[in-house]
Amino acid sequence: MISLNVNKKAYQLDADPNMPLLWAIRDIVGLTGTKYGCGVAQCGACVVHLNGEAVRSCVTPLSRAAGQEVVTIEGLSENNNHPLQLAWKELDVPQCGYCHSGQLMSAAVLLRENSTPTDQDIDDAMAGNICRCGTYSRIRKAIHKAAELQKQGR
Amino acid sequence: MKQINTRPSFSKAVLIITMMILFLIVNLASGELNYHHPDNAGNDELKKDSVESVNAFMQVYKVLMSPRCMNCHPSGDIPLQGDDSHIHTMEPKRGTDGKGLYAMKCMNCHQSANVPGAHTPPGNPNWHMPPADMKMIFEGRTPRQLARQLVDPNQNGHKDTKALLEHAHDGLVLAAWDPGEGRSLPPMSHEDFAKAWNRWINLGAFAPPADAK
Repeated sequence: MISLNVNKKAYQLDADPNMPLLWAIRDIVGLTGTKYGCGVAQCGACVVHLNGEAVRSCVTPLSRAAGQEVVTIEGLSENNNHPLQLAWKELDVPQCGYCHSGQLMSAAVLLRENSTPTDQDIDDAMAGNICRCGTYSRIRKAIHKAAELQKQGR
Repeated sequence: MKQINTRPSFSKAVLIITMMILFLIVNLASGELNYHHPDNAGNDELKKDSVESVNAFMQVYKVLMSPRCMNCHPSGDIPLQGDDSHIHTMEPKRGTDGKGLYAMKCMNCHQSANVPGAHTPPGNPNWHMPPADMKMIFEGRTPRQLARQLVDPNQNGHKDTKALLEHAHDGLVLAAWDPGEGRSLPPMSHEDFAKAWNRWINLGAFAPPADAK
C-alpha cells in the first residue's frame, strides 16, 4: 500500500509504485481535473504540486509522491477563489480549457515565488505549458491581473 | 689521539646515512599521499609529463564535448538537448542555483531515474546545470581553454586536485553512460574516460597548445 496525501486528504493506494502519479490521481483517487496531454512531460496539462513544486504527474512515479503533499487543481483554493482563478474567470482565459488546470498550477508557483512577475518572468515560468487554442496572450494578462489581486489581498 | 679524531667522522657518516634514509621515507610517503586515488594504486605516474598529459586530455576532451556532457554545460542559460545539441524544447532556464526557475525546475520533469521510452526525460537524483555564478561552460571551448578552466578552482566549482580526480566518478557524470533510450553514448567507456582523466591530472594537468583541436 502507498500512502498519498492529496489536497490535505490521506489515501492508501494499492498500486504499483511505478504507476504515474497522474493515473493514481485520476483513476484511483478520482480527481479528474488534472488532464492527460502527452504522457512524456512535454505539454504541461498534467501539472500538479508536489511539496509545492509544479511537477508533471504523467512522468512522476507514484513512489516519488508517497508520503508527500500533493495538490491538484481541485485543491488550489478553498472556494475556487485563488487570485489566478478569479483573474482567469474575469478575463475569460480558457477556450477549450483542456490545458488550463496545468496552466493554473504552473502560474501558482510563479506567483508564490515572484509576486510581481514581468512578461519575461511569465515566459520563463510558463514556456512549458502548451495551449493549442493559443490563449497565451490572455494567460499573460490574467497572471498580471492575479498579481494585482494577490497584492490587494484577495 | 688518532682514535679521538676518527670517532667524530664515524658519527657524521652514520648521521648522514640516517638523514638520507629519512629523506627517502618522507619522499615516498608524500608521493603516495599525492596519488592515493584507487585508480592510481601502484601506478608509476609520479612524474610530470606534458606530452602524455596533453594526449590524455585530448581523449577527455572528446567525452566532455559529446552531447551527454556538453548539453548541460551550454554557453547560454538554456540547456541543450539531443544528439544534435539543439536548444532544450520549452526553453527551461538555469536559474541562480542551476536547478531551473518557477514552474520550470529541472526536477519537475526529470525524475531520479530515466523515464521509459525513447527520447523521454532522462533522470538522475541530482539533475541540474552549473549555477549562475559559475557556469562551467563547455560549449565552444577549445581544448586549451577547457583544460585551463577545469583546473582553475575559481571556474571549476572550487575543486582541488583530489576533488577533480573524484569528480570522474560523480553520479551525474556517470549518468552520461546511462542516457536513456534514443541517445548516443559518449565516445569511450567510462572506465577509459576515468583512466584518461586521471592520467591527464596525475601527469601534471597540462593544457594542450592553442591550435589543438
